[in-house]
Amino acid sequence: MNVRLYIWQRATAAIMAPLVLVHIAVIFYATRQGMSATEVLARTRGSVAWAAFYGLFAISASIHASIGVRNILDEWLPLNERRAGVCAIAFGLATALLGIRAVAAVVLP
Amino acid sequence: MHSELSVSLWRGGADGRYETYNVPQRESQTVLDVVTFVQRHIDPTLSYRFACRVGVCGSCAMTVNGKPRWTCRTHVTKVSHGGRLEIGPLENLPVIKDLATDMQPFFEKWQGAKGAFAPTKTRHDAIAQIRPDTPARMAVDAAIECINCGICYSACDTVRWNDRYLGPAALTRAWTLVNDARDGGNTARLQAIAGSGGCHACHSHQSCQQLCPQALNPTAAIAGLKRRTVAAYLNREIGA
Repeated sequence: MNVRLYIWQRATAAIMAPLVLVHIAVIFYATRQGMSATEVLARTRGSVAWAAFYGLFAISASIHASIGVRNILDEWLPLNERRAGVCAIAFGLATALLGIRAVAAVVLP
Repeated sequence: MHSELSVSLWRGGADGRYETYNVPQRESQTVLDVVTFVQRHIDPTLSYRFACRVGVCGSCAMTVNGKPRWTCRTHVTKVSHGGRLEIGPLENLPVIKDLATDMQPFFEKWQGAKGAFAPTKTRHDAIAQIRPDTPARMAVDAAIECINCGICYSACDTVRWNDRYLGPAALTRAWTLVNDARDGGNTARLQAIAGSGGCHACHSHQSCQQLCPQALNPTAAIAGLKRRTVAAYLNREIGA
């Protein structure tokens, strides 16, 4: 890992740390309130704030995880750095796509 | 105390095997004493490396019961299990023969980390005055007593997984120079250790600082290098 990837991985971790805490708090709140999926969706659909919150979460997670996957591939498989990088970018794009799709499903009206 | 030790020594090259010898156990006996006994009294073809025998030169490091140790300062009673010792060459380095490893990759990585002092003055200039209580000089103190034994390099998981990784010793050396006010090579040095295989490859497992015979903390030195390279990158002093 070079310094640029290191900064990206640490920066996305710093972004995700408070988001994870809020996410966990939301889960506790929803379950303790006994909210149904319909009630949750009624609050998230059309919400720019929840779209921004989970959109940032999904993008940060995909960048963070893909850099980690690149390291694992580089250290554990007989791939050169370039191939590990290509695989990690593909993984990151797929993760971002799935994440954004999930966010869209709960925030689009 | 057992009257006799059962000592397994690595014999041959990379494709060698352990052979077992019986060695008399003595009081205050070091692992190096055991190896020397085998060579002097049982098999003179045994190859190993040592020089000072007092923990200064860093030549005699070997793998003792699974962990790299400086054998001249490691007492048998501290590491033997039931009178048994297994002594092999250092890991993560090519085996030349028996207990002797080729240290060339280790020192090549020192060069890769720009571990040579880059002077900024000539012999005609006054000697630099550096106060011992400055933070930079104190940071140097924490890392400067390295004896180049290779124990941290042998203990490092990242070295095992990533043959480009410069390793704890080379990076600790770089950390002493990064904090040396007299040195003028920091831009090239930070550039060298900011790339793939540099300080950011460290996973902070801390085997290096756990096993360093000089009680140095390469992990802390590497953490310092991570901060310095990040600052240099953000200030556009170096590239990725």
